[in-house]
Amino acid sequence: MPGKLKVKIVAGRHLPVMDRASDLTDAFVEVKFGNTTFKTDVYPKSLNPQWNSEWFKFEVDDEELQDEPLQITVLDHDTYSANDAIGKVYIDIDPLLYSEAATVISGWFPIYDTIHGIRGEINVVVKVDLFNDLNRFRQSSCGVKFFCTTSIPKCYRAVIIHGFVEELVVNEDPEYQWIDRIRTPRASNEARQRLISLMSGELQRKIGLKVLEMRGNAVVGYLQCFDLEGESGLVVRAIGTVCTLDKLSNTSAFLPACNSPSKEMKESPLVHPPSHGCRSTHNSPIHTATGSRLTQNFSVSVPTLIYTGMGSGSAGKEGGPFKTLLRQQTQSALEQREFPFFTLTTFPPGFLVHVGGVVSARSVKLLDRIHNPDEPETRDAWWAEIRQEIKSHAKALGCHAVVGYSESTSICEEVCILSASGTAAVLNPRFLQDGTVEGCLEQRIEEASPPGCGFCHIPYDELNMPFPAHLTYCYNCRKQKVPDVLFTTIDLPVEAIVIGKGCLIQARLCRLKKKAQAEANATSISNLLPFMEYEVHTQLMNKLKLRGMNALFGLRIQITVGENMLMGLASATGVYLAALPTPGGIQIAGKTPNDGTYEQHISHMQKKINDTIAKNKELYEINPPELPEEIIGSPIPEPRQRSRLLRSQSESSDEVTELDLSHGKKDAFVLEIDDTDAMEDVHSLLTDAPPPSGFYSCNTEIMPGISNWTPEIQMFTAVRVSRLGNINLTNQTLNKNFNDLCENLLKSLYFKLRSMVPCCLCHVNFTVALPEDELVQIAVTAVAITFDKNQTLQANKAPTEKSQQRASTDNEEQLQFPLELCPDPLASQPSLPAKEVLEGATSQTGIPAAQRATSIDYSSFADRCNSWIELIKLKAQTIRRGSIKTTASLDKTSPLAEGYLRHRSVPSCTNSTVSVVKMTPLSFLPGAKITKYLGIINMFFIRETTSLREEGGVSGFLHAFIAEVFAMVRAHVAALGGNAVVSYIMKQCVFMENPNKNQAQCLINVSGDAVIFVRESELEMLPVQPSTVVSQPTSSGGDVTT
Amino acid sequence: MTSDLDIFVGNTTLIDEEVYQLWLDGYTVSEAVSRRLRGGLLERSGTSVSVLQSDTRDHFRTFQMLERLLHSPPRLCQQLLFQIPPPRQAALIQGYYAFEPALARELLGKKLSKGTKKELDEVSARTGLSLRACRRQFDNFKRVFKAVEELKGPLAELIQQHFLLPPPLARDYAAIVFFANSRFETGKRRLQFLSFGDLAACAQHMMGHWTQGAMTPEAAEPDGDVPRSFLQDLKELKVLVSDKDLLDQHKSLVCSALRGKISVYNEMETNFKVLDPCRSDHWSLGDLRLFLGSYTTAPRALGGFRHQLLWERYMAGISACLLRMYHE
Repeated sequence: MPGKLKVKIVAGRHLPVMDRASDLTDAFVEVKFGNTTFKTDVYPKSLNPQWNSEWFKFEVDDEELQDEPLQITVLDHDTYSANDAIGKVYIDIDPLLYSEAATVISGWFPIYDTIHGIRGEINVVVKVDLFNDLNRFRQSSCGVKFFCTTSIPKCYRAVIIHGFVEELVVNEDPEYQWIDRIRTPRASNEARQRLISLMSGELQRKIGLKVLEMRGNAVVGYLQCFDLEGESGLVVRAIGTVCTLDKLSNTSAFLPACNSPSKEMKESPLVHPPSHGCRSTHNSPIHTATGSRLTQNFSVSVPTLIYTGMGSGSAGKEGGPFKTLLRQQTQSALEQREFPFFTLTTFPPGFLVHVGGVVSARSVKLLDRIHNPDEPETRDAWWAEIRQEIKSHAKALGCHAVVGYSESTSICEEVCILSASGTAAVLNPRFLQDGTVEGCLEQRIEEASPPGCGFCHIPYDELNMPFPAHLTYCYNCRKQKVPDVLFTTIDLPVEAIVIGKGCLIQARLCRLKKKAQAEANATSISNLLPFMEYEVHTQLMNKLKLRGMNALFGLRIQITVGENMLMGLASATGVYLAALPTPGGIQIAGKTPNDGTYEQHISHMQKKINDTIAKNKELYEINPPELPEEIIGSPIPEPRQRSRLLRSQSESSDEVTELDLSHGKKDAFVLEIDDTDAMEDVHSLLTDAPPPSGFYSCNTEIMPGISNWTPEIQMFTAVRVSRLGNINLTNQTLNKNFNDLCENLLKSLYFKLRSMVPCCLCHVNFTVALPEDELVQIAVTAVAITFDKNQTLQANKAPTEKSQQRASTDNEEQLQFPLELCPDPLASQPSLPAKEVLEGATSQTGIPAAQRATSIDYSSFADRCNSWIELIKLKAQTIRRGSIKTTASLDKTSPLAEGYLRHRSVPSCTNSTVSVVKMTPLSFLPGAKITKYLGIINMFFIRETTSLREEGGVSGFLHAFIAEVFAMVRAHVAALGGNAVVSYIMKQCVFMENPNKNQAQCLINVSGDAVIFVRESELEMLPVQPSTVVSQPTSSGGDVTT
Repeated sequence: MTSDLDIFVGNTTLIDEEVYQLWLDGYTVSEAVSRRLRGGLLERSGTSVSVLQSDTRDHFRTFQMLERLLHSPPRLCQQLLFQIPPPRQAALIQGYYAFEPALARELLGKKLSKGTKKELDEVSARTGLSLRACRRQFDNFKRVFKAVEELKGPLAELIQQHFLLPPPLARDYAAIVFFANSRFETGKRRLQFLSFGDLAACAQHMMGHWTQGAMTPEAAEPDGDVPRSFLQDLKELKVLVSDKDLLDQHKSLVCSALRGKISVYNEMETNFKVLDPCRSDHWSLGDLRLFLGSYTTAPRALGGFRHQLLWERYMAGISACLLRMYHE
């Protein structure tokens, strides 16, 4: 029995009237965990009951603690009939299971009902006591930290970045079980919510086991998704990047009070018993087969485009002795891994050596329920197949790793498109598990790749390129080759040198398809996919050139399948990288040169395009320094056709009229206008309106070229559902409609947020769904951040200088990676070259230093421990975290420091004003320091109505629901003692309506990291208090008494 | 392509003050859109009519959801559904409870009943306010009235507490409650020239001088009523008119230059009559103040008049009201 969960129900407020006669409610509460249920007394005749219950105690396994949510049900007591449920609160107690997160969950939670929405609030206090776990066949993975953030969390440093972790769990969807026909919608929704909550708990636990097995202590970039496969079941799957994280020891920089010696005392001695504690022998099958009654009876795989071209299969030759060396070393580090993938999008400086380009793979599958439960898990096999493909694509680009990796699905009836994409990259082995070869290699990397441009240098062999590309010498260092454009799925590296500002670029595309069944349907989809990929790519390329830019970051291509169409939406942030050549213009070439008016038309269009490019360059402040031509001359004379992008339908023809290129660059982009399609495309190119003045937008974490953010942020979600006219739908009209829909949505966002100008919409995330025949649903989540205009103007005078400055300050902020060896001797390689031994010696010198520090701290700590109460408090802390010590001993935080934080930022329940909780899809808050991560927020809600009109129609219904979801997220964060959610994402918003029946249903899944932040301005003013004083009001007193 | 569903939800609830005012004024979405268009918003922001429509609809929807909470402002501050910074919350509440003085003047002293509500379309026609705005304001009066009806203590403070209104607005509501409680017939033609502001000020003076709360803060009776005991006591003052001797003495004691006709005391509103002769004789405000002063103090010299304290309490209220009312 390794844990005790304690729950206290304090009070309720604003409860709904349940008894019409008295206009009051006789409320009581049921507290359920696992199979145990407790009840409070009935508090009669009140809408603001004060239960003030005893502590309800659940004695449970930590496995159960991880899987189960705490379920609190508020009911109205009825003497004569059945008690009526008012609503429920599900609390994920996971944040209480690891040492650095929250120690208590306490606060007001909205009482939620899937039919009525929020109905009042309830005040609850939850605590967990964990006992040391001596069972070596552990199934739990308490203590592994999870982060949604796709970079190393701010107050940690990565000791080792281990790599990819994935898992999926399958079950039957309660909505499709026979019992659903006889139970109420409420019961069905609740069954579903509970099941998904259970499944995600189980999934997280299993991922945690894998993390322990890999000797990590955290998962960063954790992305969990649901596939609602309808009849065939419910899949919960997750991917992430396993890391060994170390809490930054100099938190003093962040929080003066943490500077107390006791902090380091706690940290240092525990570094030594390293991750031996992970005795997870995982005797049980990790790949669970419970409920996996799914299979495929048909499958079509689509060969993927490597985005930078049509390359396939063959790996490039090694180029040059250095590359070979590097490759071998990295290879050795990565080869043990099945999939050298990383879900991170931002990396510590120096981690990313080279970037090859975007790799993606898609596969069309047919979902079918199978009646043989012994069938192996097909979902696992499907994903494995796709990942394999991604891996081979990366290899073709001369890369051993894939970064910025993500997976997604689109399901329509029984057809499912599985997609995966990422950025092929060469990584610095120093950060990987057995990175023991630092020394010379590190130097050589630095020498070979200057920080501002190294990642742009091609990783593949220029003589044997996987696809046609136009190479030049790097415009920054002039030593290595770079491609003419670079597409990636990651964020812009902080050290990258960018000229001007960036902008959001979207490619939008629709393709009609015939309605079909099963295999025929799957085949027609797979036939369409390559064309869609290609056209999306063409659009992106054209739009990029039109803005005078040469690189895309954060590229995300979503292909959505509907009954009679496919939709593609690609979003990325375009920038001008100083290392890459200036993009040429776009040149229009006509196919019928003899027609006079046609010629005129063409030249008119050409002029328009040229004007737009010039205007954009001005708008985004792209003024690259002029370079003498001879330096940048391309070393590889290439046939002109190579750089020309041809439309998919037209054949590559030599008869193209060679017009004089207005931009004077020999690698101008040629658009052939050979049919009306192309005309439309050119038109649509020019219809993308730039954002109104004062607005910028991007889909990455930070906007290149803006650094002086002010603290005002506004996170929002906007949803639109549009009906496409069903008459004479053609690809063209569809494209136009879709384009207008997206453009109008953006326009209305700019209008709504006009009071924030100057501001930037960051992390703009569009998702497209085709819920029904003629319906298109677009959901956007983003954050608007204001910035100081005056400073920007100054910064623009020397953009390059500024970006370099930024890079260097960021480097300082992000702590240098330690030279330490991996603490586990087993992990190091058997034969060490002399240099490594040397390395080892230097790193060992670091250990005594740490011990020295320890002894000093200890004595000074003992001085302060003059009251035995404090000693007991500390003891209680240790007991509580007993089981963590074995697994995550590297990450101890001082309870005193924690107490300090808690004291500062937890609003007291008695305070009537609601504490503000910020939400942002970014991993940071401008003008603030994140001082603590409190745990992952992963919530799933269902809302249903049978009185759609009365609730304000579909808009009223969904508006209220999304507001409720935000409110519930904020309440959970506040109860954990936090004041913000970072890396917030709405992963799913499935909306279904039936206006004829006056019904609608919506499912929403959101996640993020709960944090405590402190304003930088407050930090400066914060007085340095003696920590003895600070430790007094800690909640650990509770630990002693119970 | 038509948008069936079109929503925007911010983590901090987005509130456009201009649109809020349009909503409060009772415009429909399309009316509000055309008003915004007339304001030249399109030109300033370079957007399209459809964007403006979508924006307006969105705001109206938010306000409708907020309305339920605005009915009990402390809940607006405690609720978790909409994250609104406190200054914004205050502005929302103030906006919602603000009312048109012309409408309040019409309703002053009337019973806040369903019958009155049905007459609102006439009021709407007379005041030029939209019926919807009239209804909201009427409902606000009624809601405030109901909330403090049974409570004890100073009215304005109670209202401020329960509805989180700024003090001047709370005082105005207190006046409305006072009139609704005591049913003064403010609709009489003779009183037509008085504005809401005049009457509200009078109500405050009367409450200030006559009610229980004014005498003892822990009064047992609600502040909206003039205490019965006080009205009973007033009968004692009748001697000043009924006793011929006293009346004559009083008259002579009051400066002979002041020819004010002394009216009956038992009905308060009849006291207003004092204004007419004064006005017809073109008294100055100063003269009136002088007259009232000596009129109040004169009975001190009267032998056999035992109610001087009561008299002065009564006259303090009356004098303040009369001075306020005495204008063109």
